[in-house]
Amino acid sequence: MADAETVSFPQNRTCPYHPPTEYRSEHRGQQPVSPARLFDGRTVWLVTGHTEARSLLVDQRLSSDRENPAFPFFAERLAGTTLRRVELLGVDDPEHNVQRRMLIPSFTVRRTAALRPRIQETVDRLLDTMVEQGPPADLVDSFALPVPSMVICALLGVPYDDHEFFEAQSRKLLRGPKSSDVEAARDALDEYFRVLIERKRATPGEGLLDELIANQLESGAVDHDELVRLAQILLIAGHETTANMISLGTFTLLQHPDQLARMRESEGLMASAVEELLRFLSIADGISRVAVDDIEVGGVTIRAGDGVILTTSVINRDGNVYAHPDDLDLGRNARNHVAFGFGVHQCLGQNLARAELEIALPALFDRLPDLRLAVPAEEIPFKPGDTIQGLLEMPVTW
Amino acid sequence: MRISIDKDRCIGAGQCALTAPKVFTQDDDGFSALLPDYEEALDGATVKEAVRVCPVQAISLD
Repeated sequence: MADAETVSFPQNRTCPYHPPTEYRSEHRGQQPVSPARLFDGRTVWLVTGHTEARSLLVDQRLSSDRENPAFPFFAERLAGTTLRRVELLGVDDPEHNVQRRMLIPSFTVRRTAALRPRIQETVDRLLDTMVEQGPPADLVDSFALPVPSMVICALLGVPYDDHEFFEAQSRKLLRGPKSSDVEAARDALDEYFRVLIERKRATPGEGLLDELIANQLESGAVDHDELVRLAQILLIAGHETTANMISLGTFTLLQHPDQLARMRESEGLMASAVEELLRFLSIADGISRVAVDDIEVGGVTIRAGDGVILTTSVINRDGNVYAHPDDLDLGRNARNHVAFGFGVHQCLGQNLARAELEIALPALFDRLPDLRLAVPAEEIPFKPGDTIQGLLEMPVTW
Repeated sequence: MRISIDKDRCIGAGQCALTAPKVFTQDDDGFSALLPDYEEALDGATVKEAVRVCPVQAISLD
C-alpha cells in the first residue's frame, strides 16, 4: 500500500497548535485514509477524515490490545518494552468493559460537577502563590501542571506530597527517551501503588482508590496487580493531558487576542470555548489500533494485522464538518470533535477535564489580566510529535 | 418522540447528560437514564445532538 509519497508518522508540529502540514489530506490527494510509514519502516494507515474516524472508532474489527504483536507503536521506546499490557485503554471488551464499569460512577457529569468548588479552591490558591511570588514564572510548573495534579490526587486519594516523584515518573513513562526508562518508570510507579494500596487497606482514607479497595479488591472483582496498574493509568491520564491543555490553551489564547477578549467578555461562552480548544489543539494526536479483520473504508481495504493511526488533529480540522477549520472560533459548536476519542474507549475523565479547563482558564486571566509571554512565542519549547502534545515550559509575566 | 437507551452499550461518557441535561442524566452506576419529566423538556435538536455525540451510539429515536 506504500508508495514514494508515503508520509512518515509521527512528525513534530511546527506550530504547537497546528497539525504537521504533511498529515493533512490536502497533501495526500484528499484521501481520508492513506498509507503512512512508522519509525521502524512499517506501513500503517493514517486516518484523517471525520466520518471515517467515527465509523472506525466504533468498529469492533479494530483492536486496542497493546499485547497484539501487530499493534502499531509510535516509537522504539514504546515498542521495545517487554511488558506491553496497558489496563483500560489498552485492552478490548469484554475485559475493558468490566474495568470501565468499575470506574464510571466516579466520573459522571454530576460527580465531576460536585468537584467544582474544590477545583476552584485549588486554582485560586495556586494563583495566590503566583501573585505573592511575583513575575516572571513558568506557567507549566506554577499552574498548568499542579491544577490537574492536585485535583486527581484528591479524587483518587493519592497524597499530593508525592507529586514530584509521580510527575517525574510519568514524564519518563510517556517520553522515555529509552525503553529502559519507560520500564523503570512503570516499575517505580507499580511499587509506589503497591505500597499505597497496602497502606490504604490498613488505614482507609477517602478517595476513588479507597472505594475500589473496599468494593472491588476485597470482593475479588479485581486483583491487587490489576488495581495497581489501573491506579497508575488514572493518575497519569488524570494530570498529564489536562496540564497540556491548560498550558497550550493559554498559549493559544494569547496568540489569538480577539478570541481571548471574547472569552473574557462572556462567561456563558466558557463551555463552547473549551470544546473549541479541545478540537483545535487535539493534544492526544494519534489514536492507535490494529485491525483484527478486513475493513473496507474510505476507498481502501484495511487488512487484518494492519496498523491504523487516527490523527485527531487533522480529523478535527475536517472542512466537511467545520467551517474554516483552521480558525479558532470559541463560539462555534465543536461538540462532535474526537479529541477525547470516540467509541468504547472515549476518555473516561472527559467531564473532569472540562470542569478543570472551564475553571482554570478564565480564573487565570481574571486574576492576571496582563498575562503575557516573557519570551517571544517562537522560543517556547513544545513536545515532540511522538507523545501527548503540549508545552515543555511557558515563561510568563504580568 | 420515543427515546431508547441501550444500557448494555452505554459506557457512561456522559455526553448525553452534558448535551441535553433536561432530558438525560446518569444513574448511580454512571449509565445514561431519562429524567422523570423529560417529556416536558423535549427539544428535537438537542436530543438529536445527544444521539450524534454518543460515542457508542447507545441512544435511538423513533
